[in-house]
Order: sequence, then structure tokens, then C-alpha cells
Amino acid sequence: MKKKSYRRYSARSESLRMCLHNVDFMVGLIMIISVILIAVFAPQIAHYSYSKQGAGPRLTAPCAEYPFGTDELGRDVFSKTIYGTRIALWVAALGASIQLILGVTIGLVCGYYGKWVDHVFSFITDLTWCIPGTILALAVVTILGKGLTNVVIAISIVSWASFARPIRAKTMSLRNMAFVETGKAYGENGFSLMFRYILPNIIPSIIVMTSMTLPETILSTTTLSFLGLGSKSPSPDWGLALSKGMEYITRAPWLSIFPGIALVYTTIGFNLLGEGLRDVLDPQMRSR
Amino acid sequence: MQELKSKPESKPAASEYATEPEGEASAAGTKNDELLKLENLSINYKVHDGYLSAVNHVNMTIRKGEIFAVVGESGCGKSTVAHSILRLLPDKDTKITGKILFKGQDLSTFNEKQIEKVRGRQIGMIFQNPLDSLNPVYRVGTQVEEAILLDNPDKAAAKKKTVSLFRDVRLPDAELRAESYPHELSGGMRQRVMIAMMLSRTPELLIADEPTTALDVTIEAQILDILKRLKNTYGTSIMLITHNFGLVAEIADRIGVMYAGEMVETGDVFEIFRNPRHPYTKLLMQALPRRSKKEGRLKTIDGMVPRITDDKPCCRFANRCPSASERCFKESPAAVDFGNGHICRCFEAEGAESVKVNG
Repeated sequence: MKKKSYRRYSARSESLRMCLHNVDFMVGLIMIISVILIAVFAPQIAHYSYSKQGAGPRLTAPCAEYPFGTDELGRDVFSKTIYGTRIALWVAALGASIQLILGVTIGLVCGYYGKWVDHVFSFITDLTWCIPGTILALAVVTILGKGLTNVVIAISIVSWASFARPIRAKTMSLRNMAFVETGKAYGENGFSLMFRYILPNIIPSIIVMTSMTLPETILSTTTLSFLGLGSKSPSPDWGLALSKGMEYITRAPWLSIFPGIALVYTTIGFNLLGEGLRDVLDPQMRSR
Repeated sequence: MQELKSKPESKPAASEYATEPEGEASAAGTKNDELLKLENLSINYKVHDGYLSAVNHVNMTIRKGEIFAVVGESGCGKSTVAHSILRLLPDKDTKITGKILFKGQDLSTFNEKQIEKVRGRQIGMIFQNPLDSLNPVYRVGTQVEEAILLDNPDKAAAKKKTVSLFRDVRLPDAELRAESYPHELSGGMRQRVMIAMMLSRTPELLIADEPTTALDVTIEAQILDILKRLKNTYGTSIMLITHNFGLVAEIADRIGVMYAGEMVETGDVFEIFRNPRHPYTKLLMQALPRRSKKEGRLKTIDGMVPRITDDKPCCRFANRCPSASERCFKESPAAVDFGNGHICRCFEAEGAESVKVNG
């Protein structure tokens, strides 16, 4: 006997199909995949170690042997730029995860419980928004000490609020939905209502927000590295490379141009990916 | 206190869907099988100009295995009473006084942890709008299974029980439908899933807050039939909130008529239909559509449910009552027992044989 079945119009495969037809998403995806591949296969792509001094003559202009030229200590800029992708991706992943965990938890708790919890955290959120991000991050790095990880932590502390705010708002509107009340009438506790009833319904927004946070985190970290707070030489960090390249900008512009292009390429890739995702997953957030 | 005696369960089975014989699970009530008892329950909402009296000194008893219908217009406090039982009202700006006795325990003194244990496990609730009452991101089967797993961590058994519950509520193709998401089901199907979910933990009392308002008439009949059958098979008591007297006649054992936050008349369903005493009940019944075409337009009750913020003694129905006298505007009528558990709050209805039960 033939088994009866209902053909399901699957929301998930529909989303996937829409993503594949979205130009922004596809271009962004290809760019990011290329960045990830470069990061993974960096040792195979780069001929020299990024930290090896005297790999070639000092300040060589781009040529066949050194496609991106060499720096003031004779290091290969191409290798540095290639290895820099690893730092950029790690920074993006770490920063986004910290912001995600902080922002989602605080946003959910504030939106669900309201009352004093909400007042306290909303006050903190407002406070972080009152102070220019970079200056606050500088202050936090001063407290934590220099170093790339500390810079990422500082930036996450400064910008989790932009996660918490929309999640709090969405939680507040979902909290009064009938299905949450049903869960409550059913004997579910607050934790379960927050994480099993409300959270799954805001996951599309969270995905979109995360994809938008990734490039921001990379840029902010690069800024602080540029200011000399992040990675130390000989790290292949792009921000550091840009800041070093400043000294030689007239004599050897390739020192800053190529890491700069890599940075722009990566952030544009993430931005396009995020915008494509937003169009597909969260049409209400689309701005005109 | 109310001393209520109801007639033995003798309502004929009016259902053509029912396959199981109408069991005697819901035997006649005696005094000791009171399941839920509201004593002088008053609920006031804080508004900008004082307190709004949403519920005022409501007394009500639901016995084991009985269907108690709460009837009244919109804004009479029916849902407020229902929500207060499971403490689903916002605690901010809400003042609740009186007792909510469930099996002798006062639920209003319970803390959040204790009330969570009561919710779902002992008292279940079905809401007005089945379209929004299910979590849109989970399959309906999963939702019911999760609900069962709260008590019993056996996954295979939960799955089996889900399907059997879906059969119980007459969900067609139960096994396949368990795989559906809520948006793939019709309103009637979703309400069935809701009922299945609430029954999964076999509560002793099921509060159905206008369960058929959002559904069409044929589905309404089926849902009512399911409720009735479940009462008989599981012995679940049901508190049915509705504004539809026709529905009440079909299913309820006893009726409570609410008006502007007060329980104006309670009694056995036959008694109330045969012999309504409160003018509001009478008017509500006249507003029912009948089969004869001669009547022309349906009767309506003029005016609206008043918004009561002051505590002036008067009959709350006085301004709409066709037979209101001077006295009705100056004094609050007391609840009077007319025998046989028929209680009414009206000066006009007061007879010589009546006994005052509540000031």
C-alpha cells in the first residue's frame, strides 16, 4: 500500500533557494569562502614565512618574486597579507561569539523579566551608547592591557549593546504572544520559555545581526591595532601593517595598499553576505 | 457559603461523533468532590483614575467531572477569572483578593515555583485563539512530546502517547499530522492539538477560554464534542468560558452567568434554562437565535457593560435592566439561594422562600 504523505512546503529549503538567488548573498559567500580558503591554505600559498627577515631586499617594489613587494626589514608583504586572513577571521569569530552570548542572554532576560533587571541593563546599554566606541574600547584596553585578545574583548564589551537592544525589543513583543502564554499555562518555567519558546523565533534576526557584526569587529580591531594597542610585530595583523606602512607611504605605498585591499575585500564580503541574509531571513529589517 | 447540589448526570448524549459509550466517570456531585472553589474573589486593575473592578466577590464551585460554563458578554470578567486561577494576569497593577481553593489549597498563596507545578499538571488551559497558541518553530508532534517529557523522560513512549492523544482529539491522519508545523494546520486542527497538549498531562481541571470563538460553527460542534467525550473518558472537569448560550445548553452541567465582574446567577443548566431568574439571564436567552422566522430581528440588550471604578452600592445591571426600581440604584443585591443550587443576585427575583447566603 502506498504510504500517504503530505507534501510539505518547507520553509527551510525555501530560504535556501532564496539565498541562492540573492546576488548579494552569493557574491559575499564566494568572497568569504575565498578568504577562508586562503586562511586555511596560507602555508601552501605563501612562499615565505611572514616573519622571516631578509627574505628579500628591503622595500622591493612588487615584482614576480615578491608580488606585493617587501617591507623595511625585507619581509614578504604577500605572505604577511595571506597570514593576516587568519588573524582577521579569528578576531571576527571571537568578537562575534562574545557579543552574541552577552547580547542574546542579556537581551532575552531584560525583555522577558522586565522590571529592575531591565532597568539596570538598559541603563548600562544606554551608557555604552553615550560614549564613543573607540574611546571606550581604548579605556578598556588600558585596563586589560595590550594584546590582540584583549582588544577583541574590549570591542565586544563596547558593542554587545547593539545586540542586546533589538533582542530585548523582539523578546518583549514575543513575550505576550499567545504561544508563550500557552507554554506558561502548561507549566514551563521562565528559562524554558525564554530559550525554547522565544529564542527560536528570533534566530533569523540573530543570524543577520551576527553577520553584520563580523566586519564591524574586524574593522574596530584593525583600528586599535593601527593605534598600536593590538598585535605586536611581527604579527601579520593588517592593522599593524597599515600603521607600519604609514611611515613609508611615499617611498613604498605597497606596504599599506595590499593589506588595505585585503581588509576591504574581507569586510565587503561579510557585509554583502549579511545583507543578502537580511533580505532573505528578515525582510522587516530591510531599510529603504 | 454556597451549598450547591446538582442534579444527577442525566444529560442525553447528543453527539453523533462519539464512539465510546458515555461513561459514568462524571457521577453526580456530592459535597466533598469540590475541585475548584472561588471564595469572594475580587480582582481590581489599577488604572489612571483609581481601581477598575474587573471581578467583584465571585463565588463559584466546580466539582469533579463536571462542565461548568461561565457565560456573559465581552468585558464581564470571565477571562480575568480564568487567568487569575493559573495566575496568568500581569502581577503589576493587579490586585487580587479572596481565595482560589483548588482541592482545598489556596492557589493565591502559592509562590511561582509551586504554581508552575499546578499549571499544566493539575490545571490546563486552552486559549481563545488557536492560531497563535502554538509555537511556530516546532512541529506540533514535537510540542506535545516535549510537554509529555516534562513528566516522563521516555521518548518512545512520549511519541506513542502523542499519536494516541491526537487520535483522541480526532486529528485526521494523526501520525502524519504530528510532523506538521502549526502554520500547516487549520484553526480547528490547531485547537485539537492544543487540547491534546493540555490533556497530555491529564489535568484534573481544564479551563477552556472561549475555545471556539475563532472557529466556524461546524468545527465548533466537533470541538465541543471532543471536550464532552474527554470529560467522560478522563473524568476531567472543564470550566468553559463562552458568550454563547446555545453552546452552553449543548454541553454544560452547570452555568454561571457573569455580568460586569459579578456572578449574577448560577445553577444547574436545566434549572437556568427552564427558570431563569436574573433579568440579564433572561435577556441573554432572548437574544439567542431561534428556529422560527416570525420573530424578525434578534433581540438585543441596550447599552454596554459599564466600566466600574467606584465602589458605590448598586446593582451593576440596573442601568440596562428593564425592570429596575429605585432600590436597584441604591443597594447591592445579595446572592440568594433559591434551592437546588440556583443562586441569583437580584431584588426582583428574591422570593419568600429564599435564604440569604452571602452579603
